[in-house]
Amino acid sequence: MTQLAIQARDIVRTFRNGEVRALDGVSLNVPVGQVFGLLGPNGSGKTTMVRILATILSPDSGSATVDGKDVVKQADAVRRSIGLAGQYATVDENLTGFENIRMVARLNHMDKASATARAHELLAQFSLTDAANRTAKTYSGGMRRRLDLAAALVAKPPVLFLDEPTTGLDPQSRQDLWEIIEGLVATGVTVLLTTQYLEEADRLATQLVVLDKGKIIAEGTPASLKAQLGTTVVAVTFENSQAAHEHLGLIRDLTANEPNVDGAIVQLTVNSGPQVAAEVIRRLDTAGVLVAGLALREPSLDDVFLNLTGHKAEDAVAVPTEEPATRKKGRR
Amino acid sequence: MSTPTQSTLSRLRWAASDVATMAQRNLMAVVRIPSALVFVIIQPVMFVLLFRYVFGGAITAPGTSYVNFLIPGILVQTTVFGAVGTAIGLAEDLQRGLIERFRALPMARMAVLGGRTIADLARNILILVVITIVGFGVGFRPEGGVVAYLQASFVMLFFSYCVSWGFAYIGLAAPNSETAQAMTFPLVFPITFASSIFVPVQTMPGWLQVFARNQPVSQAAESVRGLMLGVPHGNSTWITMAWALLALVTLAPLATRRYRRAA
Repeated sequence: MTQLAIQARDIVRTFRNGEVRALDGVSLNVPVGQVFGLLGPNGSGKTTMVRILATILSPDSGSATVDGKDVVKQADAVRRSIGLAGQYATVDENLTGFENIRMVARLNHMDKASATARAHELLAQFSLTDAANRTAKTYSGGMRRRLDLAAALVAKPPVLFLDEPTTGLDPQSRQDLWEIIEGLVATGVTVLLTTQYLEEADRLATQLVVLDKGKIIAEGTPASLKAQLGTTVVAVTFENSQAAHEHLGLIRDLTANEPNVDGAIVQLTVNSGPQVAAEVIRRLDTAGVLVAGLALREPSLDDVFLNLTGHKAEDAVAVPTEEPATRKKGRR
Repeated sequence: MSTPTQSTLSRLRWAASDVATMAQRNLMAVVRIPSALVFVIIQPVMFVLLFRYVFGGAITAPGTSYVNFLIPGILVQTTVFGAVGTAIGLAEDLQRGLIERFRALPMARMAVLGGRTIADLARNILILVVITIVGFGVGFRPEGGVVAYLQASFVMLFFSYCVSWGFAYIGLAAPNSETAQAMTFPLVFPITFASSIFVPVQTMPGWLQVFARNQPVSQAAESVRGLMLGVPHGNSTWITMAWALLALVTLAPLATRRYRRAA
């Protein structure tokens, strides 16, 4: 049997006295040395899962181990095995890059000399040496994420939690971070990655689960998931929404899934994009229907959701607990 | 490197190290943010000048000059005002997710609050020194002697340390830093101004005198003033210490409990 870096059984976590079920029986088996993706929209429970595994929150019921240690009973041991970084890049703005990493190193109980050496080493590794003595306040979004990630790696943890590490980043910074993450996995680190981007999960994750409203609604490899969903979205823009509804029948059978009609735009998720696009044009042209636009694109999380759940990702109730910046009231 | 041995001694040693690391972090913020420095140093100096030269002429202090009456009071007032920074700082850390990050580290649980209150203590020592120097510059002449001055300093620092814990609790309970500030204002204003810090309470209406005379901040001001000036100050030192201890044993556990639940 493969060794598991993270194992979770039936994790349930509610907020606001049980009104919001952020996690509703989630189980995970994450093998050592791979990127495991948690894919889902805001409010799906991804961040809550990470917070439980990182010992920040305790589960209402269920159990989990990280690096073989129980997240509730051996929380302190778990904390010595993990690194946590993410979307909010929680670095201390008033400290310099160097001071931030050194502080985390000291809080990981390294002696002063080792902490200083490790800080320099990480700053160099993450191309932050030039900015080492500037306060984090002056850093760009990409630099902050790199600093955040560097701080998470201080104690060389075997398990790394990355909570939406590239959300809000420009394409170049995203690319850079992806390469860094791939480099880390090559050294044997296990990464639990949460993301809203199918592309990111596809690029990085060996296996992934899709979360919706606190439940796992699909799991597998990115390839198997995409095969199930179709690999390309063909978006046909009609003159207006009335035309879209009138002529939907002409192209409906081109997808195995239900077409997504949004105003004047009809979207078909298919496996053979160019062929379907050509067929769409042929059929509509034959019928004498004017098309305002036609586009091919990669399926987004929205498409995944529409196909898996029948509702759009945005329809999911946004649970405020997804934002560490938002505080829960009335929680006792 | 991280030591898996968890003997009580090494635990304590690392807890102390964590508190020091956190205190250092909080003090850096004071140095790095100009507005924080203004809050810490400039504001109390402004209060000294304002009351010494603008309002002071209209206030009669019993048995001594107004500047002698004022400076010990300002010391107590400044530490109470300074504790507002504790509430705001903690609320901000919580809001930004920093506390959450600390909670995922193998550091001592009490280090965030311990470090914050120790940083406050360091700041208050700085204030004590600055106000003492500025005070002498504007005519403050305490006659209680050096030992009594140190005793007074101890009372003031211990009292303010205990007050910090109360404000730490407010900071953790507030949903954001703006609210933390709004929550502390209605508390700080009456306890510093309806007190014996700036004026003798005898000039206040009777109903207010009852509050102003007996509330802890007045007792602290009476004690610090009495010790510094070398004049009788009743049981105010013991009453101040009792209030401070009471605050510490109730508010520190409350704040710690709140911290465990926060984030």
